[in-house]
Amino acid sequence: MPPAVVLVTGVSRWLGGALAAELARDRAIERVIGVDTVPPSPEMLRRLGRTEFVRADIRNPLIGKVIATASVDTVVHMNISSTPAGSGGRGPMKELNVIGTMQLLAACQRAESVRRFVLKSSSAVYGASSRDPAVFTEAMQARRVPSGGFARDSLDIEGYVRSFARRRPDVRVAALRFTNFIGPRIDSVLTSFLRMPLVPTALGYDARVQLLHEDDALAVLTRATTGDFAGTVNVGGEGTLLLSQVIRRLGRLQVPLPSPALGSLGRFTRRFGFVDYSPEQMRFLNFGRVVDTTVLREEFGYTPRYTTEQALVDYASTVVPVIPPEVVAGIAGRAQALVTRVGATAGTVGERLRPAPPSPGLRAVRDA
Amino acid sequence: MPEARVIPLRPDDEEPRLPPPSSASWEEQVADGLEFLRRRVTGDYDTDEFGFDPDLTDHVLLPLLRPLFERWFRVETHGVENVPATGGGLVVANHSGTLPLDAMMATVALHDDHPARRRLRLLGADLVFDLPFIGSLSRKLGSTLACNEDAERLLTGGELVGVFPEGFKGIGKPFRERYTLQRFGRGGFVTAALRTGTPIIPCAIVGAEEAYPMIGNVKTVARLLGLPYFPVTPTFPALGPLGLVPLPSKWLIAFGEPIETASYGPAAAEDPMLVFNLTDQVRETIQQSLYQLLLQRKSVWG
Repeated sequence: MPPAVVLVTGVSRWLGGALAAELARDRAIERVIGVDTVPPSPEMLRRLGRTEFVRADIRNPLIGKVIATASVDTVVHMNISSTPAGSGGRGPMKELNVIGTMQLLAACQRAESVRRFVLKSSSAVYGASSRDPAVFTEAMQARRVPSGGFARDSLDIEGYVRSFARRRPDVRVAALRFTNFIGPRIDSVLTSFLRMPLVPTALGYDARVQLLHEDDALAVLTRATTGDFAGTVNVGGEGTLLLSQVIRRLGRLQVPLPSPALGSLGRFTRRFGFVDYSPEQMRFLNFGRVVDTTVLREEFGYTPRYTTEQALVDYASTVVPVIPPEVVAGIAGRAQALVTRVGATAGTVGERLRPAPPSPGLRAVRDA
Repeated sequence: MPEARVIPLRPDDEEPRLPPPSSASWEEQVADGLEFLRRRVTGDYDTDEFGFDPDLTDHVLLPLLRPLFERWFRVETHGVENVPATGGGLVVANHSGTLPLDAMMATVALHDDHPARRRLRLLGADLVFDLPFIGSLSRKLGSTLACNEDAERLLTGGELVGVFPEGFKGIGKPFRERYTLQRFGRGGFVTAALRTGTPIIPCAIVGAEEAYPMIGNVKTVARLLGLPYFPVTPTFPALGPLGLVPLPSKWLIAFGEPIETASYGPAAAEDPMLVFNLTDQVRETIQQSLYQLLLQRKSVWG
């Protein structure tokens, strides 16, 4: 049964807005209500179509009134910030993530109309360390429980959502653990990181990276909202790449720095709201993280259209490479031609230098 | 006219002039190298979810290990026919020699001496993956963390997995205890094989013990550096970095008959008695095979 009234939090960000726009296009859904603290950009507002925008803070009990008066039956919680830069510091970020989720869940628990809750979670809950198995399934947990930052927030959020599910067994709860988003339009930690011409990484480490294309992320969210999957599912593209490989494929220059230097660089760049090099992000850059997507394909019933590699190719079309692959191929080709020429010259010189063969006349005499 | 003979006008026809083989292969090698560099710079190669980089392994890491395998240790491989040509298998070997050279040599042996050129996917301790450079290189060589999740994933994927159940107890044991197997962990490797129904291939490696004979262990330094042991060998640390050169012992690697596990069924992994028995069986087989190889070897350096 398709949902009648959907409430989407975090609608002013790209993915939230895109989901609301997608749902608004579905005529089977009566109302789509978008909530965010900041109003969406004029361009986003145009795309949102018939979505009703409510400027509200989910940290405020007002959200309960919105849910009750509109008798919302499906809540999609996407107002989770992954970087301190995006929400004005670590303090406000934690408050938005944790307290915001608690408030929203409290409101949902009171609202009898709520039948379905979809959480946009993250594979960051698995942490990133040298003690972790290479590939995480939904049943696994972080060996080294993340102690701070976004990963800790995600773990806390999932914990609150689980207790909500226990208290309201009639609500079908879906938690989607997304890997890193990438694509031409989406704005994520990784996309801003890879947009830099020089990409500083941790010296001596190379992370395994699994990407999810923005279109697939949107499709999974839409399906989770309108379908009836309940449970936890990893969402990621097929295949993995190494971080060094990603940087090379994008034609970026990798600048490996010793980890302490990278830490201070991170504090410096964060001050300018640039790129996040928090300790947690650093651990991810060192070890990376890969998730198993069998549940996504078999139980959830969706196979991402883009593999990790294809998603990167699509993103690469929007970044201008510092070292274009054609140039590398050209240099390699020229060097190749040079080698062939040198080889040929060496061959002729060798031939010239070889002692002259005995004249056939003499040989004929000898043979006779 | 029987006496008539063809008198060659160009003596070249008699002995066809072949291009000097060295120069042709030299050009090809440079061309291969250039193509390899182009792939590396543009990231145009494949890696798997464990971080294995076959391109780097085949073109850099294995060629670096090969001289050590062929010339330095003169490794002789026996019983490669016991290693299946396709499908999963768990190679269980003794561990020794201060540095995990035995794991590297077993990898080269299975790649170069097995007709199917099998790749050995090693399981390493978490310390390995914590270290910069070494950790990432190990992953690129195909290793992953020694845990049941990874082992079972590799075995289900039809890979040949290499495991050293003795761990640090084996590799960091003193020289006087050479070729005596230590405790075989908690039998985690047996449960992995039982759950996936893959055969266990016992493997005995002789020669690694003498490459870096460990005559002492500075426990204080080890504790300071966070290492399981800090070795003292006849050349290390006395000769400094030169002490890292292994002694040229003669190596023998023997793969024994596979121990089949599929008939027990995956539920057997929950039967601790069976797991203990299988662990002991594998351990005994490797110990026997070690003694045989030692008898076979004429001398340590021979």
